[in-house]
Amino acid sequence: MRNFGLILDIATTHLTSKIKQTIIAALGVMFGIGTYIIMMGFMTGLNQLLDGLILNRTPHIQIYNKTDPTQIQPIQRHQDFKFNWHHIHSIKPKSRLARIHDALPLLKDLKENKKVKGATPQTTCKVFYIAGANNLNGIINGIEVSEEMRLFNFKDYIVKGDPNSLRKRKNSILLGAGIAKKLSLSVGDKLQVLGTNGVSHPLNIGGIFQSGLAEIDDAQSYVNLKMAQQLLGVGSNYITRIHVKLHNIEHALGLSKTIENIFEVKALDINTANAQFDTGSYIRTLISYTVSITLLIVAGFGIYNILNMLIYEKMDDIAILKATGFSGNDILLIFIIQALIIGLFGGIFGLILGYSISIVIDNIPFITEALPTIKTYPINYDPFFYITGISFALICTFLAGFLPALKARKIDPVEIIRGK
Amino acid sequence: MSTVLKTININKYFYDPEKFHVLKNISIELKNGEFVSIMGKSGCGKSTLLYILSTMDTQYEGTLILDHENMSLLNNTNLAKIRNEKIGFIFQFHYLLPEFTVLKNVMLPALKLGRQSEEIIKKSAFEKLEMLGVASQANKKAYKISGGQKQRVSIARALINNPKIIMADEPTGNLDSKNADNVFNILRALSLEQKMSLLVVTHDLDFAKKTDRIIKMGDGIIL
Repeated sequence: MRNFGLILDIATTHLTSKIKQTIIAALGVMFGIGTYIIMMGFMTGLNQLLDGLILNRTPHIQIYNKTDPTQIQPIQRHQDFKFNWHHIHSIKPKSRLARIHDALPLLKDLKENKKVKGATPQTTCKVFYIAGANNLNGIINGIEVSEEMRLFNFKDYIVKGDPNSLRKRKNSILLGAGIAKKLSLSVGDKLQVLGTNGVSHPLNIGGIFQSGLAEIDDAQSYVNLKMAQQLLGVGSNYITRIHVKLHNIEHALGLSKTIENIFEVKALDINTANAQFDTGSYIRTLISYTVSITLLIVAGFGIYNILNMLIYEKMDDIAILKATGFSGNDILLIFIIQALIIGLFGGIFGLILGYSISIVIDNIPFITEALPTIKTYPINYDPFFYITGISFALICTFLAGFLPALKARKIDPVEIIRGK
Repeated sequence: MSTVLKTININKYFYDPEKFHVLKNISIELKNGEFVSIMGKSGCGKSTLLYILSTMDTQYEGTLILDHENMSLLNNTNLAKIRNEKIGFIFQFHYLLPEFTVLKNVMLPALKLGRQSEEIIKKSAFEKLEMLGVASQANKKAYKISGGQKQRVSIARALINNPKIIMADEPTGNLDSKNADNVFNILRALSLEQKMSLLVVTHDLDFAKKTDRIIKMGDGIIL
């Protein structure tokens, strides 16, 4: 545009001559955008932390044996009673082994699947922990520790000792922190584990495990898969659970259904298992957006107000400009540019404010028993928020400036000049 | 001598508070280089006529021809261009942009026209200010200079695009007699030396008597 430089010059002269009002309007935008950045960074940081807590640890698909009663009972198959009313009460599931039938072929099949990042077998057994005169009941999971570390960040939850001790020594155990506290045991100590078949095994504590969830830490421990099978007195094909991690979490539901159709097992996908968790994240995000948008709307009204005042004060200027050959659209442009300049500066300073406060929050210590890997408050620095922030600022100020600018375009210079 | 401005049967009504026939069949003509004044009592419609002639008021019936072009057919954007290029304005109340420097005020219409580079416009704006004796104020903000100086600056602004015609609404109405004489002499000189066409609305008889021709108005008609 040929006149753009001139229009810009007039717009900025107006703004700088009313520098206090301009700054106040820009401050409104700045606080709106700053708060948006802080809210989004903090809220989504928290969401990611909590998601990570669940998602990193939780398998995308858990496979275990079915324990629900048979869907079609024998009497329903019988042709003679097809049209009769069946009176059979207290139907119970039939007795089943805890192990997954054909676990090894299933495991091999999963590992060859391209959607699968990895699959780990687990064998769970119920035990008594015995140290001195005390005993506690609990659960021991036999795991392949290197795969667990690769797929489920298992290492993050070992607060003392070394997870690799499970590979180095067969009778090593990673003891739950709650159990360790109750039995006053530490890394390097010995304890006896009594299996359900009455055989006791001496184990060495190779590390302390803390998930942050008390009910797990008070009962669960981890040993090598082979050790767990030995505790139960079963062979190496005795596997009670398979945990699957996928490359893309979106495939969890589909693949779990496929597995259930092919094998005689129950496959639980993460979305079904953690449905309430998604709702929590969703609501937190919704709250952040609502608060930020409200702040921006307030800032928008501030701009609207200040531009309206500016136009009222600049009636004479508008009349002269129109009388000396500036068209209505030139005037419209002057005021829209003013709104956008306020939006741009307010927005940029808002981003700086938001970023600075985010850094401060990011460095505030946040130490909690429940989250052993977290040292400071979580902040998400996703550039997406900064891009939306500045876009929000420009769109809001544009809208706030547009109505007063339309009014300025319509001002009839004759009325102003006559009116004196 | 050719005609610079001509109206044919211009009629104008006010509708607020009630319908009022303010201009009745106004047909006037202004030759190139003429210095004409329009006189009449307050409320006779002389200012209203001037705003129509200036193309700022488009709510009228009839034909307005400026520099051989029919203004009645143009839209607002084109009329703005015409005002920028062909008409210079002087108002009773000076009307400078207070936050801009005097020099910038004079330059603005030429910058809008965009025919010359900013350097050349600056130079010619300075020349106009010099001609009107206010060059020393060039870099002051417009709100800092006196009323008489403001009026001279607004004359310089009216001249910057070398318009076909200068229109003035009570240009001396708000000035003391010394400054008023001064402004008249400047206008007179423009007419004589630069063959500028001038149309001035005034109710100052002394002023009007010194112009080439007086158009007298009363109650919406030419007397």
